[in-house]
Amino acid sequence: MVAYFTEIYTGLMSLFIGMGITFKEFFKPTVTVAYPYETLTMSSRYRGHIELVEDEEGNPQCVVCGLCEKACPSDCITLAGEKPEGGKKKVLTKYMLDFTKCSLCGSCVESCSFGAIDFSKEYNLASTKKEDFYFDLLKRLEERKK
Amino acid sequence: MRLTLLNVIVAVVLAIAFAALNAAYLVWAERRGAARIQRRPGPNINGPFGLLQPPLDGIKLMAKQLTIPGGADKIMFITAPVLAMFPAIMSFVTIPFSDSIVAKNMSVGVLMIFAFASMGSMSLLFAGWSSRNKYSMMSSVRAVSQAVAYEIPMLITAITVVMIAGSTDLMEIVHQQSRSFLHWNIFPLLGNSHNILMPFSFLIFFICTLAETNRAPFDLGEAESELVAGFHTEYGSMGFGLFFMGEYANIVIGSCMTTILFLGGWGCPFGLFPGVWWFILKLYLLIATFIWIRWTFPRTTIYGLLNLSWKILIPLSLFNLLFTAGLIKVF
Repeated sequence: MVAYFTEIYTGLMSLFIGMGITFKEFFKPTVTVAYPYETLTMSSRYRGHIELVEDEEGNPQCVVCGLCEKACPSDCITLAGEKPEGGKKKVLTKYMLDFTKCSLCGSCVESCSFGAIDFSKEYNLASTKKEDFYFDLLKRLEERKK
Repeated sequence: MRLTLLNVIVAVVLAIAFAALNAAYLVWAERRGAARIQRRPGPNINGPFGLLQPPLDGIKLMAKQLTIPGGADKIMFITAPVLAMFPAIMSFVTIPFSDSIVAKNMSVGVLMIFAFASMGSMSLLFAGWSSRNKYSMMSSVRAVSQAVAYEIPMLITAITVVMIAGSTDLMEIVHQQSRSFLHWNIFPLLGNSHNILMPFSFLIFFICTLAETNRAPFDLGEAESELVAGFHTEYGSMGFGLFFMGEYANIVIGSCMTTILFLGGWGCPFGLFPGVWWFILKLYLLIATFIWIRWTFPRTTIYGLLNLSWKILIPLSLFNLLFTAGLIKVF
């Protein structure tokens, strides 16, 4: 009999405690962001697809060593370069990323000893066409320069 | 007041308007309240504070086609949503909002409202039965067993109040509590009853109202995690709209009854600004509590629900009834 009433009492009290919690939450400010109208800044360690890093003059820092291409476990990266006449270093002519296969593992970024590629903060990537996910990173760099 | 045809029509139109407006804007209040509790803004795009959301939802529902599933029992399928709305509207007719604002005061007001309230479970039964859908069927079985289980303690508690007041007239019940706010039935010592258990009967009545209106945490009839949407799975368009309006109208009725039976109706504490707004204030405070409870507690299990009724609420309310009867006999 005593157990019966203590159970009712403790049960009832726990309900009131729960209601107290939601009552407090009711008056706290909202924490969500109205997404299409406002966006959050992505954290510094966010991993989007890779992007070429430019030097001071706006040219890619890449020296076309091809280590990222080799490091990629899914063969996402295809790059090509040529040595201009009279120049010392190779110049990047093509850098294609097949984002349909990329798993954002970051091996390419790790393997690059020149700091020439980095993760972007891009996340609005929805599309209905497969071709939209073959990124020409060199072209993106040119567009960024403009 | 003389009951003329015009009176009746005006009363019914007002009741429908009141019920529909309440249903629309309680949905808005519910969504905003839920959002605040979960720390999001809630509907805020259409109109200021999202206030245009309910009429837009209404237009969307009305523009849709009412489909009847093949194999459904047509007559019952169409009757069910009407039955959900009709008792609620009828109950508004006899609820006194103040000394003067009442469509038709009846000497058996309490009886009439509970009679109509028990018709609500009929509509759930019809809807689930006629839909020819196993989820709807399960849901209506649950809803009816729940309604039966919770009507008993609710009626016993109502009888306790009726015994104290010595009348089933809602006006009379309020008048007896009108001397001061300490005479409200919820307060134990100074009240008409001198019954120390009255706060508990208020609690029991309130819990039963929650269960009777199929509100969370007792909304097993439409447990969407198990039963899709329960009895209104097959309903679209205004069929669904009527169920929705009926649910909210029932919440308003339940809160009205709690206000009248326990919180002194339109009576005001300390004689401040007497009038209908005290009734409205108490009514909406209770409704806010309904919303608050819904977004605090998770849904119970069906066994938990029936255990709560048969093992706790019914014995306690029966004891309360006997205790009150004893008190009335002695004093």
